[in-house]
Amino acid sequence: MDLFEYQARDLFENYGVPVLQGKIADTPEEAEAAAAAIGGTVVVKAQVKVGGRGKAGGVKVVHSPEEAKAAAEKILGLDIKGHVVKRVMIAQGAAIDQEFYFSVLLDRSNRTFLSLCSVEGGMEIEQLAVERPDALAKIPVSAVTGIDKAKALEIAKAGGFPDELLDSVADVFVKLYDVFKKEDATLVEVNPLVLTKDGKILALDGKVTLDDNAEFRHEREEMERDQLDPLEAKAKEMDLNYVKLDGQVGIIGNGAGLVMSTLDVVAYAGERHGNVKPANFLDIGGGASAEVMAAGLDVILNDPQVRSVFVNVFGGITACDAVANGIVGALNTLGERASKPLVVRLDGNNVEEGRKILADFNHPLVSLADTMDGGADKAAALANK
Amino acid sequence: MAIYLNSDSRIIVQGMTGAEGQKHTARMLAGGSNIVGGVNPRKAGETVNIGGKDLPVFGTVADAMAATGANVSVIFVPPAFAGAAIVEAIDAEIPLAVAITEGIPVHDSASAWAYNVEKGQKTRLIGPNCPGIISPGQSNAGITPSNIAGTGPIGLVSKSGTLTYQMMYELREIGFSTAIGIGGDPVIGTTHIDALEAFENDPETKAIVLIGEIGGDSEEKAAAYIAKHVTKPVVAYVAGFTAPEGKTMGHAGAIVSGSAGTAQAKKEAFEAVGVKVGKTPSETAELMRGIIANL
Repeated sequence: MDLFEYQARDLFENYGVPVLQGKIADTPEEAEAAAAAIGGTVVVKAQVKVGGRGKAGGVKVVHSPEEAKAAAEKILGLDIKGHVVKRVMIAQGAAIDQEFYFSVLLDRSNRTFLSLCSVEGGMEIEQLAVERPDALAKIPVSAVTGIDKAKALEIAKAGGFPDELLDSVADVFVKLYDVFKKEDATLVEVNPLVLTKDGKILALDGKVTLDDNAEFRHEREEMERDQLDPLEAKAKEMDLNYVKLDGQVGIIGNGAGLVMSTLDVVAYAGERHGNVKPANFLDIGGGASAEVMAAGLDVILNDPQVRSVFVNVFGGITACDAVANGIVGALNTLGERASKPLVVRLDGNNVEEGRKILADFNHPLVSLADTMDGGADKAAALANK
Repeated sequence: MAIYLNSDSRIIVQGMTGAEGQKHTARMLAGGSNIVGGVNPRKAGETVNIGGKDLPVFGTVADAMAATGANVSVIFVPPAFAGAAIVEAIDAEIPLAVAITEGIPVHDSASAWAYNVEKGQKTRLIGPNCPGIISPGQSNAGITPSNIAGTGPIGLVSKSGTLTYQMMYELREIGFSTAIGIGGDPVIGTTHIDALEAFENDPETKAIVLIGEIGGDSEEKAAAYIAKHVTKPVVAYVAGFTAPEGKTMGHAGAIVSGSAGTAQAKKEAFEAVGVKVGKTPSETAELMRGIIANL
């Protein structure tokens, strides 16, 4: 899960990372009040999880509460690369002398953590990596020993910091690693980290990504999450692993890899049938019980774009007869709400029994397919009718 | 021969007394695996009967190894404790640890991996979040159904569990030396490259199927490795061409970020080194049948 900038700022503050005052506002009036409370020059910043908001007009420096209100009026509702701004942060202004870059992240390729650091901050890191690769230090960080003061000094030196700043930035790096480790983050990035004209080091903007797998061990205040698609929200309520896509063929399968593969196979089949596309990703997991199948079908059939459904299950841990009973149970539960044609492909353990159950059920909307490719073709054809 | 796992493998199960552990221990036993005991510190000294076999429960992996001569551990411990269970297996220096558990925090798996490296990698870790490893006709350490396919000349390495099953099913008439699910998490113990190296050195394996998916650069690295070190024929399949950027597709590691980790890039990397890539699992199986026919 990616955090909004204000959430990252709050986390930093909790760990003693130096940050400026920041207050959130959902209306121009709240922005005005926040600017008045902070006082002086403030920055009104769009809270969106996408880069390039400055260029899109999502960041404005203002000098009074009235100006803050006017700026918030312009920024709230702005569409930045498909992200509509619902909230702004009013951040205290700073007199910046120099801008730096620091991050610590999971380096999947090397199965370790990695710190990136440069005394040349302020631009997008991808741009810095391309234009000034020598200026960007890449220091592996052990997941066992992490970043202590000595490691932080090594990173700061490699990043090109002058001697007089080493100690103060290293202290901040240690605290940022603390955030990374204790919050189970996969990314903590500060860009820019700044030196103010009065000699202070500050984290001016932060990006934090948290590991969803670790949420069980964190008691977080209810975090403002991305606006979920209504179908995704419903699926989440039912604990389904569902991602809404833009297409006509609903997909249900078991196992992440097989479902991803099913989407691809349906997309290829769609090329022969009016370019129909998969409507969603839905992994009902190894279990594939009647309840989960019913919940999954319910979500998919509520998608107005869906015109046919392809159920693609490999009976491994759960045998095909149990899956077939799940489908029968689901269709009985849904009754008339099951209104779109279903193509079912079963393979694996007890496949004959499974197919027989569905054949005997003889539901007018259900047809069987012998292979994954054949089922995808049939479902795509039905969606193109 | 097979790789990593064979008829001499003596398996213990960490988390054997839990619901998942019991269910899959019974399945592994039914499939012919030599399970010699389990680990649960709260039930040390007890004996449990699973699938008609009395299995001793030990307090630690080290105790279990000392008493039974176990050389493989399969880990079914829940996510919150699985990292510690892997570290315990590494501490005991068991030659092979297979972590089935899904949903382990990545800081835990990264720490466990760093620890294994520090200790000189005396333990081969497979997973986490994987179906495990099966050498048909010899042994099965994990949750892969034992009866999908029999023994044969194909080596299979896959990020995905159900695609492993699907591919074994498609090629069941030919059979497999060993099939390994390496798992879909960002940090895993055994990589595509590790498996390729082992299959290259295994005289029973004549050809290799590699299954990848979006996210990370394991497939690109595998392609470079194949070009340099693999003489046996390889066919590949990559899942996730239709996955949009920034959305996690089920597996914690299956996410396309920016230009990195796309299925297209992986496919191109394979094709650039002469590895044929099937458009669908069935087409991939067909490519493999062609290779086997011409061996």
